[in-house]
Amino acid sequence: MTALRNIRPTTAGIVLAAAALLGLWPLLPAWAAHTAAVSLGGGLVALGLMILIRFGLVSFGQGLFFAIGGYAAALANQFLGITDMLVLSVAGIAAAGMIAWALGYIVRGHRGIFFAMLNLAFSMILFGILAKTVALGSTDGFSVGVPTLLGVAPGPEAGRLTFVLFGFIVISSALVAWMVDRILASPVGYAGQGVRENELRLRYLGVSARGAVHLAYIMAAKLAALGGVFTVLLIGHVTPEDTAYWTKSGEFVFVAILGGAGNVAAPFIAQTVFELVRTFALQYVPEAWQMLLGITLLLVILFLPGGLWSLVDRLRGRDA
Amino acid sequence: MPEALLETRGLGKTFGAVVAAEDVSVSVAAGEIVGVIGANGAGKTTFCNMVTGYLTPDQGRILFRGADITGCTVGEATAAGIHRSFQIPQLFPGLTVYENLLLSVGVFGHRRPPWWRPLVRPETQQEARRVMEQYRIADSAETRVDRLPQGVRKLLDIAMAMVGGPAMILLDEPTSGISTEEKFDVMGNVIDALRSSGATVLFVEHDMDVVGRYADRVIAFREGRVLADGAPREVLENPAVIEHVVGRRPPRPTDA
Repeated sequence: MTALRNIRPTTAGIVLAAAALLGLWPLLPAWAAHTAAVSLGGGLVALGLMILIRFGLVSFGQGLFFAIGGYAAALANQFLGITDMLVLSVAGIAAAGMIAWALGYIVRGHRGIFFAMLNLAFSMILFGILAKTVALGSTDGFSVGVPTLLGVAPGPEAGRLTFVLFGFIVISSALVAWMVDRILASPVGYAGQGVRENELRLRYLGVSARGAVHLAYIMAAKLAALGGVFTVLLIGHVTPEDTAYWTKSGEFVFVAILGGAGNVAAPFIAQTVFELVRTFALQYVPEAWQMLLGITLLLVILFLPGGLWSLVDRLRGRDA
Repeated sequence: MPEALLETRGLGKTFGAVVAAEDVSVSVAAGEIVGVIGANGAGKTTFCNMVTGYLTPDQGRILFRGADITGCTVGEATAAGIHRSFQIPQLFPGLTVYENLLLSVGVFGHRRPPWWRPLVRPETQQEARRVMEQYRIADSAETRVDRLPQGVRKLLDIAMAMVGGPAMILLDEPTSGISTEEKFDVMGNVIDALRSSGATVLFVEHDMDVVGRYADRVIAFREGRVLADGAPREVLENPAVIEHVVGRRPPRPTDA
């Protein structure tokens, strides 16, 4: 995906996908609905990485913002008694946005491996802090109550994943994907191509390359945080290992590369594939699921360097 | 003398023991086409870098339209209306000629653009095409720039520098790397396009024939200092310039 013109808004596709998911709700078995919702949460993190990839950057520490979102929501729930999923989401996004704004001044001057590893370093520091904080349950973490929406609370017999939570996750993800799609098609998104291709020229076009990277970094952080909020609400529990640990960050990079940077749908599709492979592999070949993931990634890199999305481009008869 | 568009007062810049600029005071009036000559290392590119905000001078002031722009950033100098092209073209190598211009037109000057407005719009597409026509590179529209011949790259580099309609443009060796036969073609195209845009031009050039033909005025640099400044004939025939810059007797400047 280098050609400029391939970026085009896909509003209709996003609306259709969201409507299809909502319509399928009565038919989906519980595990499938859970997988879909979890995939949207993780897909948001990968979507943030996709923005960075468009800028020619990769972060090996998106778990940092995933954890900040998850912990912000969990803390607001546990210590402030807030149960509204909308408020919890805003809290997660705001916390990550502020921290990314501050850290952005450090990372925006770095590129390549330094950018990637700085973020890994930040995420490891947060992991260390969370794992050592007894008040937050240390490595065991703590649990999160059942969320409500605008005063609507699920009945006592309802499971954790209610239609309200599912619908909220689907509609917010669609809205966010639509916004990212617009942003990538606007000068903000194209500035990313400028950063990747030639920063000096971009600066002489009156655009601050560092400013553009800073903005992309904050966007990616907010997306990761929202993904963290959704995941924590779905699981009902938050631990340092499932959010801030470096293997989690690695998974997100895995998914972003699996999907490719061709379209905002790609990270969500890739995350769904990832979740399905993991679920079935853990069930049938529990000792070999990492090997299976490794082989999947190897095949994608060798045969689909543009990621899974390049299959769609090929079907449409376009160059990937 | 009309009010200067660009004025530098006593600019100085050193890199360690190397003096790249010393007491450089020049004044360029609006509409002038100024040729800058000098041997390698004479401080021509340093001068361009200081005026466009890429380097901050150690001493001296830079005034543009009467406003002090000393120490401003590249982005601020660009916003003020000083653009430049490069000795080695600075393009977006993975994109086609058309895409390079579309991207340039679309992002130009956008510090906080509205995120919901697409960059690819009829206006930006039209403007990118217009610039391609103006610089006569439309034939290469669909070619990726890393596969372009040098002459087209130089033209594209200048076309991209002209996006946004600068009041002043600095061309850093616009004909370097272009064969002798093509030089006058390329330079003729560029000067025509620049004249029609009304931009004030300052171009760094090694080819004295090109300087003699296109410059209204010539500034010669030597070891970071201004050696001579005046009408082309006067400067190109100045004995010190012949000795230190030209290295031979120049042909008579032709009337262009």
